[in-house]
Amino acid sequence: MFETLTERLEAVFKKLKGQGRITEENVKDALRQIRLSLLEADVNYKVVKSFIASVQEKAIGQEVLTSITPGQLIVKIVHDELVELLGTTHTQLTLSGSPPFPVLLVGLQGSGKTTTIAKLAYMLKRGNKHRPYLVPADVYRPAAIDQLVTLAKQINVPCYPSEQSDNPVDICKKAVQEALRSGCDVVLIDTAGRLQVDEPLMEELQKIKEAVHPSDILLVVDAMTGQEAVKVAEAFHERLDLGGVILTKLDGDARGGAALSIKAVIGRPIKYVGVGEKIEDLEAFHPDRMASRILGMGDILTLVEKAQETFDQKQVEKFEKKLKKNAFTLEDFRDQLQQIRKMGSLESILSMIPGMQKMKGNPALQPDEKELIKVEAIINSMTRKERLNHAIINGSRRKRIARGSGTTVQDVNNLLKRYVQAKKMMKRFSKMGKRKSFGRGDFPFPM
Amino acid sequence: MTEEKKGFFKRLRSGLSRSREQLNEKLETVFIGRKEIDEETLEELEEVLITSDIGFETTQTLIDSVRKRVKRKDIDNIDQLKAAIKAEMRDILRHCEGRLPFDDLPIAPYVIFFIGVNGVGKTTTIGKLAMRLKNDGRKVVLAAADTFRAAATPQLVLWGERAGVEVITHQEGSDPSAVVYDAIQSAQHRLAEFVLVDTAGRLHTKKNLMEELKKMCRVADKVMPGAPHEKLLVLDATNGQNAISQTKMFHEAIGLTGLVMTKLDSTAKGGILLQIADQFHLPVYLIGVGEKPEDLQDFSAEDFADAML
Ligand SMILES: Nc1nc2c(ncn2[C@@H]2O[C@H](COP(=O)(O)OP(=O)(O)OP(=O)(O)O)[C@@H](O)[C@H]2O)c(=O)[nH]1
Ligand SMILES: Nc1nc2c(ncn2[C@@H]2O[C@H](COP(=O)(O)OP(=O)(O)OP(=O)(O)O)[C@@H](O)[C@H]2O)c(=O)[nH]1
Ligand SMILES: [Mg+2]
Ligand SMILES: [Mg+2]
Repeated sequence: MFETLTERLEAVFKKLKGQGRITEENVKDALRQIRLSLLEADVNYKVVKSFIASVQEKAIGQEVLTSITPGQLIVKIVHDELVELLGTTHTQLTLSGSPPFPVLLVGLQGSGKTTTIAKLAYMLKRGNKHRPYLVPADVYRPAAIDQLVTLAKQINVPCYPSEQSDNPVDICKKAVQEALRSGCDVVLIDTAGRLQVDEPLMEELQKIKEAVHPSDILLVVDAMTGQEAVKVAEAFHERLDLGGVILTKLDGDARGGAALSIKAVIGRPIKYVGVGEKIEDLEAFHPDRMASRILGMGDILTLVEKAQETFDQKQVEKFEKKLKKNAFTLEDFRDQLQQIRKMGSLESILSMIPGMQKMKGNPALQPDEKELIKVEAIINSMTRKERLNHAIINGSRRKRIARGSGTTVQDVNNLLKRYVQAKKMMKRFSKMGKRKSFGRGDFPFPM
Repeated sequence: MTEEKKGFFKRLRSGLSRSREQLNEKLETVFIGRKEIDEETLEELEEVLITSDIGFETTQTLIDSVRKRVKRKDIDNIDQLKAAIKAEMRDILRHCEGRLPFDDLPIAPYVIFFIGVNGVGKTTTIGKLAMRLKNDGRKVVLAAADTFRAAATPQLVLWGERAGVEVITHQEGSDPSAVVYDAIQSAQHRLAEFVLVDTAGRLHTKKNLMEELKKMCRVADKVMPGAPHEKLLVLDATNGQNAISQTKMFHEAIGLTGLVMTKLDSTAKGGILLQIADQFHLPVYLIGVGEKPEDLQDFSAEDFADAML
């Protein structure tokens, strides 16, 4: 449905290609695309605005690494900033003081509170670390109590026998006593769904809070939530001083911008995510995954990161010097090849490069993994002398190399031809005198 | 967290609450008709529209069209601006104002499936509708075809008791298609006019669950050729852009016949409906405005557009 950010940035990348530094001018288009992408992910309008401003501040003046384009660098900066905002470490449920620890789950109607209570209990119980106790405090929605009681039975965890005619505050007070008596240490309280503008029901939550002094209060939010997320989180936080957030229904295709909006306005960590309807479908929150998801970009970051890892700056400089002197040997050719292989299979690298996805079906552009292995074997079968000076590789040497590498003379000839072509291409680049990127499909290989 | 980061959050947070207070004021001044329309006004309008979940593109389309009219001096004060935007929204929404053929049923029992992602309000909507129909003296059967979620059946049964209508139930974990089969047959025997089928919440991205839904449709058609007569997708107004993906994929899977939007009593505006109306041309039949039996209304383009600005 949505174009991916990666696709959209293609055009921007093209314009930016060959520019060595990020300036206010060249960053504008990229930021516009990023803004659009964040809005489509349902990140709140205001949050997007501040975010873009802060990214721009960070990006301007940055040097662009040889191996990536300025556009890619911007995306990387955006991503890193997102990860930092979303929280760099995983925060667990807060269980502090002396047991029993009451934990309160609150949120809008249908966000997933009841289901999440059961998931949390199951998680706590696993490994016999804790003895959870469930408390149905939703006396309003038809069969809400029944729902939690049923789940409690499924996971074999005790549950307070609430009645629909009971008062929720009383239920919670008594349940904590009951949990203590039965030797349970974590009291998970399921509250009714409510709108943040529902005054009486918000007051009820405050009363529950005062009555049981929760060790943690978590806001349960549907990952599909739109712009509204900010208002909801602010209101619940204002009333209850939340300890954190649980984001549910992340098993779908929602981009989940609400996560960023909420984190930005209340500053509390997202502790867990719901990834399915089953009891075991609760996971720790991963800021980096979330950041990529919100940006709607899969793998370009991986590419950028791999490029950064693989092409360290010194090596690049050494390489460039060689280029200038036109001293690009078969050995360099092989090194470069190994670098590419280090970055993963060619197929996967291709798919990470903007614009390349479209070419995927094109057989002429299909990189041949086997071919690359062959090329490497051939170069490995050469003597060092041959690698440094290809001109000495005559007919008998070719035969020997072919035998040594398990290939044919034809293969060796082909490789040498390609190498000479590549060398010519390198020369052209070096004449242009620009720091040229090697990260974007310009490899002098049979691609 | 670094100092710098704290700064960002703090700035943002105070900015947001400030903007929240100001926005109303601003809109008042903006829309009261005194202020002139400049780019700043249009930017404020953009904010209002986007924060209503209308989506970036629709927002741009709306703003571009008024911008042109402002240039032509077609619009020169804010009242006119507001009216113009509302009129455009109404135009988009008008052709999806729909009414179910309750007063003139083409066939009986009239089988209606309620479908949607988890927690949007399917069961509650069925409960409310059952009460409305029952109050109008109609004969209704409910089908508890969510056999998956804990206590989904008891939830529908309670609504059935409230409404005083029959609910067909099976064991938890049983085949939902079998519930559909029984419910339609039972309705035929009892000469009921409606079968309202409650399906389990399912994310549109789950292949096996979409297959299950298709099977339920096939089974309905087997017992009663032509059934289900309506396949209504229930959308939650607090959802953002994902509602488009929901509509698209449910529509592709089973061919929807209409929409219901719930939770419009929240502060969310459900602006995504504009884009959905525009893109899929599906009628919107009902809206949910609360959890009580009476909180179910017919959809009105006029009212909906009015609530947007
Ligand atoms: N796919 C998916 N569904 C979920 C997830 N978490 C909860 N659900 C489903 O969402 C629906 C609502 O969940 P509940 O736990 O009843 O939500 P709630 O917040 O307790 O709802 P109310 O009490 O009515 O306000 C159910 O169908 C759940 O099975 C999740 O992580 N993924
Ligand atoms: N405020 C408000 N709440 C609503 C509305 N419609 C439903 N709800 C509430 O939303 C929650 C979920 O409603 P359900 O009817 O259980 O939703 P569902 O789609 O059947 O959920 P699953 O079967 O679990 O997928 C309940 O707490 C309802 O009371 C509405 O129009 N406004
Ligand atoms: Mg609940
Ligand atoms: Mg239901």
